[in-house]
Amino acid sequence: MVHAVNSGHPGGSLGCTEYFTALYFHELRIDPSKWNMDGTGEDLFFLSNGHISPVWYSVLARRGYFSTAELATFRKINTRLQGHPTTHEGLPGVRVASGSLGQGLSVALGAAQAKKLNNDKTLVYSLHGDGELQEGQIWEAAMYAAHHKVDNIISTVDVNGQQIDGSTEEVMSLGNLEDKWKAFGWDVLTTDGNSIESLLSTLAEAKNRTGKGKPVMILMTTSMGKGVDFMEGTHKWHGVAPNDAELEKALGQLEETLGDY
Amino acid sequence: MLDYTIYNSQDTRSGFGDGLLEAGRRNPKVVGLCADLTGSLKMDAFRKEFPDRFFQTGIAEANMMGLAAGMTIGGFIPFTGTFANFSTGRVYDQIRQSIAYSHKNVKICASHAGLTLGEDGATHQILEDLGMMNMLPHMTVINPCDYNQTKAATMAIAEHHGPVYLRFGRPKVPNFTAPDQKFIIGKAWHMNSGTDVSIIATGHLVWKAVEAARALAAEGVSVDLINIHTIKPLDVEAVVQSASRTGAVVTAEEHQINGGLGSVVAQALSLHQPVPIEFVGVRDTFGESGTPEQLMTKYGLEATNIVQAVRQVMARKVHA
Repeated sequence: MVHAVNSGHPGGSLGCTEYFTALYFHELRIDPSKWNMDGTGEDLFFLSNGHISPVWYSVLARRGYFSTAELATFRKINTRLQGHPTTHEGLPGVRVASGSLGQGLSVALGAAQAKKLNNDKTLVYSLHGDGELQEGQIWEAAMYAAHHKVDNIISTVDVNGQQIDGSTEEVMSLGNLEDKWKAFGWDVLTTDGNSIESLLSTLAEAKNRTGKGKPVMILMTTSMGKGVDFMEGTHKWHGVAPNDAELEKALGQLEETLGDY
Repeated sequence: MLDYTIYNSQDTRSGFGDGLLEAGRRNPKVVGLCADLTGSLKMDAFRKEFPDRFFQTGIAEANMMGLAAGMTIGGFIPFTGTFANFSTGRVYDQIRQSIAYSHKNVKICASHAGLTLGEDGATHQILEDLGMMNMLPHMTVINPCDYNQTKAATMAIAEHHGPVYLRFGRPKVPNFTAPDQKFIIGKAWHMNSGTDVSIIATGHLVWKAVEAARALAAEGVSVDLINIHTIKPLDVEAVVQSASRTGAVVTAEEHQINGGLGSVVAQALSLHQPVPIEFVGVRDTFGESGTPEQLMTKYGLEATNIVQAVRQVMARKVHA
């Protein structure tokens, strides 16, 4: 997808493939055939770091929200698959625009509180980048969630340690994220985000911890560009598309070559 | 026609507070959010009657806008409350992405707009908010003129689907519009028919426009008076018809002359009915501390300034 239009964000997308697969094929109580904006009676997911839209779109299509053929329209004129996810074109599965970072946790918390008001026992999930935690609004939302005991949300941070200008350590160190989220009143779990087994058990445990008065956070360690050796663990592939030779090399390394190309 | 009953002197923010309470009674989906200014926004009565539907966000306006966007997903109609400055400039990107672009049914309710906030000074006296909100696709922008109109507008926006910016203020001003009025979003109020000049006013400047029109009538100048409460979508037909009757227009607003009512009226008239226009508003400057009355005088937002603008624009009229 990213190669075809020579733009997009492959690194973070590849690192989160296992998370999206575990979430959409095992965890979320959803029915794509009955998709609607309100999502009453089903689990909701919000992508806050909208630039990893390629992996989200890929999983949404394979889960039945729209045809996989539409993936080829990514970032092209008149597409529903905008560079960053939007509701504007009516793409099923997307409930708010994201891209400008730091906003998705607030939106997810609002949806979680709406579920409580509606006596709807389903859950709200959200995903955030670790670099995104440099945005102040995240911490406004973190404080709010604990104060209002929003305990029907499971948020996840993709801790890949990379951002556009370099590693998070070089650009703006995040310190001890587990301690930070605990200090803000969240129940914190950690997991290996590139292991399906680890993700499934952590997501199950996270669900067990909902309804106990605290918002739940999963700190998910991943390797940016997972599965492609020259993309792994480096910020250089944050927002750069592979060329023809690089694409061929990358696809040759993946155990299962996706059919999008 | 310029003979209005002044019911009392009241602040428009109280019109919002009472309108929100009434909207909450009519529709259980109406919820309120406030960033540590519940008393200032007159949201106390709503909070007291509907504690489960009121959300204190603390001093965190960006988060409040995101929360409101999220709550709509469960079918609720969130009304956010804070000062106009913190309802717009501080959270422009949150409104743009999570509310306007995402087409969320959020009502952004903004008090203490303009110079009449008074003594707090220019940090809080936003005079650019209408312009910022006018520019956002999907956004409806409303600036009512008195308590009754603000109350009616608040109830009307609860029944309108889509993002709305509702702007009101702090000072007590003459309350003269009908208590039982039906507020129609996007429909101008033709207050007085005249032939010499049009005065098109919004917000706190509407009553000052009435005073100006009375003074001008005493001089034999016939004023066509229009109240634009909905700046976007603008009632273009009403503005064009008025300009075609009079051939000269003065706009009046408690806002920068750039980007607000004057700008949208000028754009409409330049397309459909080009006539000379004069603008009463703040002229590309920040405000300062002072009483509301002192500030309105110093920055040229009085009835006398409207009268002066009328004289200027009439001198520019093209006589056939």
